[in-house]
Amino acid sequence: MSSREAVLRRIRQATADLPKDPVSVPRSYLRHAPAVVPGDRSAAVALLVERLTEYGAEVRRSAEADLPAAVAGALAAAGSAVVPAGLPDAWLARWSGVVRRDAPPLTHAELDATDAVLTTCAAAVAESGTLVLDGGPGQGRRAPTLLPDLHVCVVRGAQVHSAMPEAIGRLAPARPLTWISGPSATADIEMIRVRGVHGPRRLTVLLVP
Amino acid sequence: MSKTFMGWPAFPKAAETATADGQLRANVRRATHTIRTKRAALVDERPDWQDLRDTAAALKDDVLAHLDTYLEQIEEKVTAAGGTVHWAGDAEEANRIVTRLVQDTGETEIVKVKSMLTEEIGLDGALAAAGISARETDLAAAIVQLGDDLPSHVVVPALHRNRSEIRDVFVREMGKHGRPAPEGLSDDPEELAEAARLHMREKFLTSRVAVSGANFMVAETGTLCIVESEGNGRMCLTLADTLISVVGIEKVIPTWQDLEVYLQLLARSATGERMAPYTSTWTGVTDGDGPRAFHLVLVDNGRTRALADPVGRQALRCIRCGACMNICPVYERTGGQAYGSVYPGPIGAILNPLLKGADDPQTASLPYASSLCGACNEVCPVKIRFTDVLLELRHDIAEGDAKVKHPAERVALKAVAGAMGHGALWNAAVKAAGTAGRLVPKNAQLPGPLRGWTDSRALPDIPEESFRSWWKRTEGGTK
Ligand code: SF4
Repeated sequence: MSSREAVLRRIRQATADLPKDPVSVPRSYLRHAPAVVPGDRSAAVALLVERLTEYGAEVRRSAEADLPAAVAGALAAAGSAVVPAGLPDAWLARWSGVVRRDAPPLTHAELDATDAVLTTCAAAVAESGTLVLDGGPGQGRRAPTLLPDLHVCVVRGAQVHSAMPEAIGRLAPARPLTWISGPSATADIEMIRVRGVHGPRRLTVLLVP
Repeated sequence: MSKTFMGWPAFPKAAETATADGQLRANVRRATHTIRTKRAALVDERPDWQDLRDTAAALKDDVLAHLDTYLEQIEEKVTAAGGTVHWAGDAEEANRIVTRLVQDTGETEIVKVKSMLTEEIGLDGALAAAGISARETDLAAAIVQLGDDLPSHVVVPALHRNRSEIRDVFVREMGKHGRPAPEGLSDDPEELAEAARLHMREKFLTSRVAVSGANFMVAETGTLCIVESEGNGRMCLTLADTLISVVGIEKVIPTWQDLEVYLQLLARSATGERMAPYTSTWTGVTDGDGPRAFHLVLVDNGRTRALADPVGRQALRCIRCGACMNICPVYERTGGQAYGSVYPGPIGAILNPLLKGADDPQTASLPYASSLCGACNEVCPVKIRFTDVLLELRHDIAEGDAKVKHPAERVALKAVAGAMGHGALWNAAVKAAGTAGRLVPKNAQLPGPLRGWTDSRALPDIPEESFRSWWKRTEGGTK
C-alpha cells in the first residue's frame, strides 16, 4: 500500500465514530471593523491611516493629479526605483532618479542594488493596516517588492475595506498574494520590536481619495 | 550538528534544572508577560472575539471529521496548479522525501522558513547526514541553530535567550556559516537584527532551494499560507527556484473565505498584533513569479493516532499561536525546553502523548506538567479544552492503555473509583484528584464534588514551594 493510501485509511479508521454530515459552523463574527459602520468608506480610510502610522509607515494623501509630485517626494532619497509593468509613466514625470523596468526580469542582484520600488495594490484592509498585492498591473511579480529597501505604494480610497472579511472574497487565490501590514519587523530579541529585518525597511503609502 | 530532544529527561527532572537557572526564568518571564499584555489589549478591541473562536473551532472540527476528502481535494488542486504532492506516513519517510527532492536539484546549501514540523521530524539533521546544509532564516530559529541550542517556544523559539547571549552566539558562529557578524557588534536589538539581515541576505540571493512549512492549506483552492514578521519567509517563498513545503495533514481549512477567521485570530493570539507584517499565499506555481517547482509534502507522523482519540483529537485544531504557553504558570517557571519537545507548554503536554503515545517516561510525564488552572482553555483561539484532554491522558496513563503507568495518579484515581459510573460526578472527582495536594494556590477553593474546577477564569498565583514539592513527588511517580 502506498503511504497515501495508508494515511487516508488511518484517517478513515480514526474518524469512523464521527457523523458523516458537515459540522455546522456558526458565523456570527463581524464582517466589518468594530469601530466602522459598514459602508462608511471615509471612516475606513481614516482607520487605515491611523494603523499604518502606528506601524511606522509614512502616509501621504495626494489627489490623482498631484501623484507625480507625491511620487517625486516619496522617492526623493532614492537614486533608483523598480517600476512594474502597468504603472502609469506619468507618475514618474517629476522624479529624476533611475527607473528600472522589470522586463526582461531583473536579476536578484540587480533588484538588491535598487533603492526603491513603486507599485499600486489590489486592496487594503483598514483594521489591520494591511495592503494586499496580487501581481496585477502596476504591482508586478513578488521579488521586486521585496529586495529594495523602500516600498512606495499607491492606494486608492475605493480599494480600502474596513476589515478582512470584506476584502478576502474580492481577491483571487490563484494568484500569489502578499499581505503587508507595516514594514518588516521582529520582536525575537527580548520582545523588543525592531523595524526592518529582511523585507523593505521603509513603507510609504500614497493615498489617493 | 543539529541537536534534538532525543533522550531528554522526564518533565519533573528537566524542570528542576530549568527553574534553577535564574537567567532563564527572567528571560521567559519577561517575554511571556510582554506578549500576554499585548494580546489582551488586542483581544479586548474585538467584541466578537468569542464568535471568531467558535467559528475557528467548528471549522477545524469539520476538517478533522472529513480530513480524508479535504486532503484529496488539496492534492487535486495543488496538482492542477502545477505542484507535486507527496505523502509521508512518518518522520523518517518525510525526511527521505525532502532529502531526495533536494538531491535532485544538486544543491548542498538550502534556506528554511521556520517550521515546527520540520523541527518535529528532525529534518535538518537528516539533511546534514546527506551532506546538505539547511540554514534557518527566521531570526529566532537562526539564533537557536547558530547556538546549537533547542527551541523553547513555537512562535519565538529563542525566547529563552537575552540580548547579550544572542550577541555572543552571533559573534562566535556567524562567520562559520557565511558573512561574519560586524566588527564591534553590541547587544542592541537593532544592531543584532541588522547583523542578521546582512548575514542572511547573501543566502537569500544565492539559494536555489527553500524549505518551508505552512500555517494553513486551503482545500477549496489548494492555496498555502505563511504568516511571518521579518520577510525571511517572503524571501524563501519568492527567490528560490524550488520550494518544498512540509506540512502536517491537520493544517487544512475548508475554503478561501475561511482564512478571514484564522488571519484575524492568529497574530492577535501569537504576537499581540492585528496582523503580522507579512502574510503570503500561493497556489502551485505561477509563470514568471517565484519558484518554478513546488512540492507539498503532507506529513502524518502520529496525527492519525491523535485523531483516533475522541477527546484528544481537538488538539489537532491547534494553529501554533503560542498563547497557551505565554499564559501558562508552569511554562513561565520552566521555559519550553523542560517539555523535551518542539511543542512545549499546554499544547505540548497534550499533543506529544497524543502523537507519540505515552509509552516512555518522558512523554508520560507531560500530562502532569500542568496545574489544571485552565488559563490555557480561555486563551486558545481554537478553544481546545486542555483540562479535559489532560485529565483523559492522566487517566489513560494511570488506568488505561498507556504502557508506562504513573503510580501517583493511579493511587489518586483508585480513591474515586466508586464515582466512576456517573458522568458529572466522575468528572468532578477526577478533576479534584488531578489538583488536590498539587498546585493549589493559597487562596483558591478546592472544587466541590460536583463543581467544575475548570470554570475558574482567574489565573492563580502559584506558590513556588508547593510547585517544587510537586516535582519531587511526581519524579518518584514516573520512575
Ligand atoms: S493550543 Fe491553542 S493556544 Fe496553544 S498554540 Fe495551539 S492554538 Fe495557540
